[in-house]
Amino acid sequence: MKITLNGEMRDVGDGTTVAGLLKDLGFQTEGVVVEINGTIIDRTRFEDTKFSEGDRVELVRFVGGG
Amino acid sequence: MVHLTEEQRIRYARNIRIPGIGEVGQAKLRESRVAVVGLGGLGSPLCLYLAAAGIGTLGLIDADVVELSNLQRQVLHATSRIGKKKTESAAEVLQALNPEVNLVLVDRRVTAETAEGILENYDVVAEATDNFESKFLINDVCLRMKKPFATAGILGLSGQAQFVVPGKTPCLRCLFPQVPRGTPTTAELGVLGAVPGILGSLEALEIIRWVVGLWQPREDGSGRLHGVDGVSMSLRTLTVRRRPDCGCAAIR
Repeated sequence: MKITLNGEMRDVGDGTTVAGLLKDLGFQTEGVVVEINGTIIDRTRFEDTKFSEGDRVELVRFVGGG
Repeated sequence: MVHLTEEQRIRYARNIRIPGIGEVGQAKLRESRVAVVGLGGLGSPLCLYLAAAGIGTLGLIDADVVELSNLQRQVLHATSRIGKKKTESAAEVLQALNPEVNLVLVDRRVTAETAEGILENYDVVAEATDNFESKFLINDVCLRMKKPFATAGILGLSGQAQFVVPGKTPCLRCLFPQVPRGTPTTAELGVLGAVPGILGSLEALEIIRWVVGLWQPREDGSGRLHGVDGVSMSLRTLTVRRRPDCGCAAIR
């Protein structure tokens, strides 16, 4: 199924969760903010939040350097 | 009563021409006191743009000295000043850039014990430290003292920035209740100088638009998280909300 990730189309498998996508991208779930269709996803819900066809997903890595 | 000298009218002519700033906004900048915590990659553009814009008092807070490995990103400093205190190195440049700005040099670390004393005399805080622990400490202290603050982080080719008005917009802990652990540092993963160049400039812009009153927090308590990803070359802005069970929820 197709989702839009930071403005670009991306294919993900049915049933893919937020945690699964972050793992595929090689991101640590610790330091990412995820928004789906305009709503920020609570970090405790990353494991059980699944994407739906056409979801608009925004992802911002949260980093600590200065 | 707004009173700018003829020299100030020339120096700040391009500020004053901006709708929503004008001479009134320029006077507000001159009356404002901003603390910059960290004179590194983020702190460099921050200090330069805040001083150039005519902020009245700039607190320069850092306990480190300039090192050779700083200079690919910390453009406030110079090869000739390696070994010098960052506060003094910064002051040299900022004084030359704009002699009108009152610089306060604080050669101390901001810790749980020192933070309130160091920050109490400022209206706004610019967080530009190089680790999560300090960022969250400044978040917590500013919330307690009800001081608006800009905060940002950088690593590799990416970074993020946020402006927090205590009691009005989401704080760092609304997004991350706990300090993120096990995340790599710039010493491990590197960072390209242009990245803090963007994020530090974003922080300066957030502070200036707050000080002159170009912007007010939204009634619905939402805020914005800006993300820059230099790999995909994308700039994203997320609308973030206050978490009802966050420690900041009780602040009015």
